[in-house]
Amino acid sequence: MNTGWSRFNVASVAVGFAFLYLPIVLLVVYSFNASKLVTVWAGFSTRWYVSLIHNEGILNAAWVTLRVGLLSATVATVLGTLAALALTRYTRFRGRVLFSGMVFAPLVMPDVIIGLSLLLLFVALGFDRGFLTITLAHVTFTMCFVAVVVQSRLLTFDRSLEEAAMDLGATPVRTFFQVTLPVIAPAIVSGWMLAFTLSLDDLVIASFAAGPGATTLPMKIYSQVRLGVTPEINAVCTILIGIVATGVFAAALINRRRELQRQRDEHAAMRADG
Amino acid sequence: MSDVAIRPEPAGAGSRIVSAVAGRLVIIVPYVWLLLFFLVPFLIVLKISLSQAAIAMPPYAPAFRLGDGLAGFLDAVGQFSFDNYVWLTGDPLYINAYLSSLMIAAVSTVLTLLVGYPVAYGMARAPATIRPTLLMLVILPFWTSFLIRVYAWIGILKPEGLLNQFLLATGIIDQPLVILNTHTAIFIGIVYSYLPFMVLPLYATLEKMDHSLVEAALDLGCTRIGAFWKVTFPLSLPGVIAGCLLVFIPAVGEFVIPDLLGGSQTLMIGKTLWNEFFSNRDWPVASAVAVILLLVLVVPIMIFQKVQADVQERDR
Repeated sequence: MNTGWSRFNVASVAVGFAFLYLPIVLLVVYSFNASKLVTVWAGFSTRWYVSLIHNEGILNAAWVTLRVGLLSATVATVLGTLAALALTRYTRFRGRVLFSGMVFAPLVMPDVIIGLSLLLLFVALGFDRGFLTITLAHVTFTMCFVAVVVQSRLLTFDRSLEEAAMDLGATPVRTFFQVTLPVIAPAIVSGWMLAFTLSLDDLVIASFAAGPGATTLPMKIYSQVRLGVTPEINAVCTILIGIVATGVFAAALINRRRELQRQRDEHAAMRADG
Repeated sequence: MSDVAIRPEPAGAGSRIVSAVAGRLVIIVPYVWLLLFFLVPFLIVLKISLSQAAIAMPPYAPAFRLGDGLAGFLDAVGQFSFDNYVWLTGDPLYINAYLSSLMIAAVSTVLTLLVGYPVAYGMARAPATIRPTLLMLVILPFWTSFLIRVYAWIGILKPEGLLNQFLLATGIIDQPLVILNTHTAIFIGIVYSYLPFMVLPLYATLEKMDHSLVEAALDLGCTRIGAFWKVTFPLSLPGVIAGCLLVFIPAVGEFVIPDLLGGSQTLMIGKTLWNEFFSNRDWPVASAVAVILLLVLVVPIMIFQKVQADVQERDR
């Protein structure tokens, strides 16, 4: 009897992954195309990367995007972690249903609605649209993703560790910083990375929240894509994919190393006991 | 809202006050942020959808000002106008846009399920040692930009694009297929972009499933297909529902995919809203479009939140 991985299973996984990765691979390959036509291969060249260095519009947009991403991801991580703590640690407080609704709704809410509503708020408040409003908008929708990531870690957290610390006389605040925070730190780091990439990728919400003053990289890419597919855009996209992939792989490696270290420590402790 | 039920802690009175304050702040800070930047904006959208368009900056006649107090509010309520909604229901363009968005999202969701289920099932049946790697490979595309992934398909699907070049070169077709700027291109775009959202919840339920149940069914004379429909599929239903909602809800309001892959003749409500706002600069109509879109999505969103809450309760 079949207990393992049938040929059908292997085939469907392989086809699924090919479907997921082939378009990205083709995009990267054609960014090194010498021809101006994206779809006709005319030899290897890095000319599009060179021409990027002189494209001030794209460089400026990249700089805005990077600043918005770093700032909004950091604020969103703090707020998202607090929201996750509120949801897991306080099972009863007035307005909890509304609160959890506001945390989960942005995960599926269409971007156009979030973008439009935030823009109308900024206009009503009389804010100048630009760097600040994009950052506020990004904090708002990315903090919910951080909250979900941190919350899933908190749900599997062994609360007896906290209780032990408090029995030994630590205040709840001190317990949080010395016991809870170190344990959930990996989830907070992945939450920050998720918030950063979401901010880096967002087109729709940024388009609403940005005034004429600020343009982000996705907005720039979008306006050029509308004019046609060019190898230069492929080059920008390839760089972005490269940055994100490096970050994700590095995080995975670090996590894996920590995990192995933890297992070794546990083994050592068990041997010491015996 | 800040009425917190804090467990009595074994600490001194002073630190208890500090903890109580800290405990309240944990709730209040994100709560106030979400109220201000998530809930209040919706109320403003609602308000502006009830006001008249005006040639001004901002381009609408204010329905009421917060500073006017209750009297001003009541006065303003009298001036609320449902013209924008009447306008929306009177023009078949908008109704068609809503219907076609729902149709496109529904078809795409079914297609994503059909593509995603075998992948998730195959992953769940894979040797335990390689499962984490497979899982990471599914998540990785989610980290790369949505816009970039949609953009990548333009080069593949266009008439002189890579897919047609390949099919022509291998002799499968002798005329280039027209895919870009059709509904097919939108379906491909949505299935491609949202596939990880479908695969992840499916994988989570399928991986936990006890495969010996399927074996028992087979031993008792059930066919493989029968065992799938009678055992595997019903057990994976929570994953199916979560996955379908995660694809369907955002797909209804999708803007980037219909705009870049669907061409000018496709009607989807996200695109309509964008055009009303950016091209026609009609903020009140754009707001009314958003309000109705939200009403259309409120039921699926509430089901999604219920599913999320159930999962939380189970994991607790």
